[in-house]
This record gives sequence, structure tokens and C-alpha cells, in this order.
Amino acid sequence: MTRCLAVAVALLLSACAHTGLREDGQLRGTGDLGVVIERATGRVAIVDTTAKAVLARVDGLGDLSHASVVFARDGRYAYVFGRDGGLTKVDLLLARIDKRVMQAGNSIGGAISQDGRLVVAQNYVPGGIKVFDSITLELLSEVPAQSKVVGLVDLPGQRFAYALFDKGEIWVSDLSDPRAPKTQKFPAGSQPYDGLVTPDGRHYMAGLFGEDGIALLDTWRPEQGAKKILEHYGKGQEKLPVFKMPHLRGWAVAGGKAYLPAIGRHEVLLVDTATWKEAGRVKVKGQPVFVMARPDGRQVWVNFAFPDNGWVQVIDTLSGQIVQTLQPGKAILHMEFTPRGEHVWLSARDDNLVSIYDTQSFARLATLPADSPSGIFFTSRAARTGF
Amino acid sequence: MFNGKLALALMVAGTVHAADPDAARQGELVRLVRQDCGSCHGMRLTGGLGLPLTAEALRDKPFDGLVATVIYGRPGTAMPPWKSIISENDAEWIVRRLMQGFPEETR
Repeated sequence: MTRCLAVAVALLLSACAHTGLREDGQLRGTGDLGVVIERATGRVAIVDTTAKAVLARVDGLGDLSHASVVFARDGRYAYVFGRDGGLTKVDLLLARIDKRVMQAGNSIGGAISQDGRLVVAQNYVPGGIKVFDSITLELLSEVPAQSKVVGLVDLPGQRFAYALFDKGEIWVSDLSDPRAPKTQKFPAGSQPYDGLVTPDGRHYMAGLFGEDGIALLDTWRPEQGAKKILEHYGKGQEKLPVFKMPHLRGWAVAGGKAYLPAIGRHEVLLVDTATWKEAGRVKVKGQPVFVMARPDGRQVWVNFAFPDNGWVQVIDTLSGQIVQTLQPGKAILHMEFTPRGEHVWLSARDDNLVSIYDTQSFARLATLPADSPSGIFFTSRAARTGF
Repeated sequence: MFNGKLALALMVAGTVHAADPDAARQGELVRLVRQDCGSCHGMRLTGGLGLPLTAEALRDKPFDGLVATVIYGRPGTAMPPWKSIISENDAEWIVRRLMQGFPEETR
């Protein structure tokens, strides 16, 4: 019986181009898979982090000049949010598009609910969020905002937090009834540009562009409202021109400290997560874009905005010092750690390469060709709040 | 100050303007606009955190104002000054090309 089923599955899978079977004919799991966005060609590469290889490519995802990805909790489906408002559900095992909808005119990303049943898109045009059934991509409801929405994250309890760039607010929508969202609104500060949630799903932070500081909301005690932390960290100094907004998702918390990009400065800011007071600064090579902790929290990796985007630096969280400065390629846009952090994958857009480094020895282990690669996303995100 | 309308007229008439950056620099500028301006304005220039920069979106905008925005940025918004990266001449070429419909990168 089991054998019949396996044969049937094998026949089904062999009927089309797929990745569901390994080269030895055995069924594949999804825990070591991921996708790399090929931004210029509207395509994703399905990758295997064990084999360090591209398994297949899936075309037809539209404008991926800015794209983000969340995963179904079974690790089989990647939901890709494109710049043009396209939401595409990619089947990693059949290496094909399962469903695709055009859900907005201009979009920036999305999130998936705690129970995996809802996929939520955050949009610029028209501003607001839209709620979809994660299986069918049927539209269930929306929360219009009259503002560009940034920093959407999932929270426990079928809630989602996000920030409104044009309104300076943080909103929390409860989607317990996905067809009837209930939304709470909190003043946050001037021009929030992105947001993140702590790994426990409790504290939501929105980075502010229009003023120095970060808005912090304790979602266990929302009645207290959002407060400002790291206020005036620039002490009135003029900011450098910001050629690319930092990204806060994929944030770094390690050893009781949060590591955050300073906007318009060549600094990473440290915050004590018990008191939410500044706990130091690390001078770095350029304006940070991604500041990401290795999963064990021992290292924090930083990449930079144009024109310093050929560099990557590594901070040792025990000493607070930079322990490594790398030049992995031209225009390093993103970094992603393997699930337990022994390797990191880096995309070098202008070299058309993804490089894989050992995070202990800093040796380059492999390079994979990719067409203008940007975001790299592994299925281990499926199990993490805020990813 | 460079006369934008005249330049546009000359471009339309098929005349290469004397002040155009050379071909190599034009290639760099196309890449810069698509990839780096594209961080906010979208690689297809259809907008993002920044406004759309398509020919249609810019049709009624004053040329000199757009050049000034590129060079000096727009205080109070996320638009940074690009003067450390590109010259005024480069900015004029970029704005002219944006208003005509921006070239694709040659890959």
C-alpha cells in the first residue's frame, strides 16, 4: 500500500519538471529549501542549502524589483510579494506557480498568521493591508489606511502590527475573524519606514525616518501606547544623505541587546532589551541596511547602502567589536543564515552571484550564478514569528 | 542655467546635445537610476516609497525643479541629495531621459 502510494507520487512528480524527488529517487523534505529572488527577470530560484545548489527556477512573478517572501508552515509554499502588487504562491516541490493574484498597484511585502491560514499583504497603492486565505488566495478582508504601509509583522493571537509612513502611526489588527478585522491605532512619530517584532512576538518597533528615534509598542500592554526609544541619537547632527532605507525585519537580538541600523549614520545602535535604553554603538563602514544576528546570537552581520554596498562587516556580540570585514561582491543586497547558522548566503546583485560563507572560518564555500539576485529566504522562516 | 525645454526639443529633433555625458557614463547613470533610485522609486520607476518617475508621471513637472530635486534632495521627505554622486550635468541628462521614458539597462 505504502509502496503503491510512493510509486503513484513518483509517477505524478515525474510527469512535470519538479524538485519533489531527489536525484536518488527519494522524496524530498522542505526544511533545507529556500528561494532567491532574481529581481531583474521576475523569477525565483529554488535552492537547497544542504547541496548548496539551485534546484529549479520559476518564472512569471512580475516586477520583483522589491520583493519579500513568507513561507507556509509546512515549508512547501513560498508566498512572494512583488513590487507591482502581485502575490504569488510558489510550490517548492513541484517548482511551479500554484496560485497568483494581482492584489494592489504597488506593494512592499507581507506576513503570514500564527496558524498559517492567513496571508496578509502590506501595500503602498492603495495604502493599507489585505487579508487572503493562504490556500486559495481568496481575498477575505482589507484595512484601508490612506497611507503607505510598512513594517507588517505577525503577532500571536492572529494579530498583525504595521506602521503608516504618511500618518506616523502604528496599527494592530486582530484577524481572529478574518472577514471582520478589529484595528487599534497608536501615534508613533514622524515617517516610520520599517518595523520589526521581537522573537517572542511581544515588542513591536518602528524605525523613524522623520526624526531620530524608534517607536516601541508593548503588544502585551497596548493600552500603554507606543513610546519613543533612542530619541535624539543623532544629537542634532546633520544626517548623511540616505540613499537606501534600512530594513528592520530580520533584526538582531543577542545577549539581551538589540542591534539596530542608525539612519543616516555609519553606526549600529545597541539597545538593552530589559530597559530599552541605549547600550552602545558600533562604528561601521557605511550606512547599515540589514543588521542580522546569526541564529545563535554570537555574531551580527551588517551590509550597507550605496555607495558602500560592496562591504559586509561582522560584529562579535561578546566583545562588541568588528571581527571581520568582507568584500563578498558588488552590491550586496541581502544575507540569509542557514537554519542553525553555520553558513550565510549573500546576494551580490552586480556580480550576478550568490556566495555562501562559513560563519566560523569566514571562508567562501561556494558561489551560485543568479540573475541580479536580491532577497534570499529559507523555509526555516516558517517557524519564526515576525518572519 | 541649462534650458530644459530647448534640450528636450533638440532631443526630440534627434540632435545629440553637446552637454550629454559620454556613452560609458550614460550606461552608469542608467544603472544607477534603475537600481539605486529604484530602491525607492521602483526598478520599473512606477513608484514605491518615492513617487513614480515615469514619463507620464513627470509630464507636467518643471524640468529645473526636477533637476534641483535630484541634486539637492527634498528636505522633509526621504529624497536625499545626490550631489556627491552625480554632477548637475548628469542630473540634467537623467531628468531629460526620464521625461522621455527612461532607457532600459543594456544587459
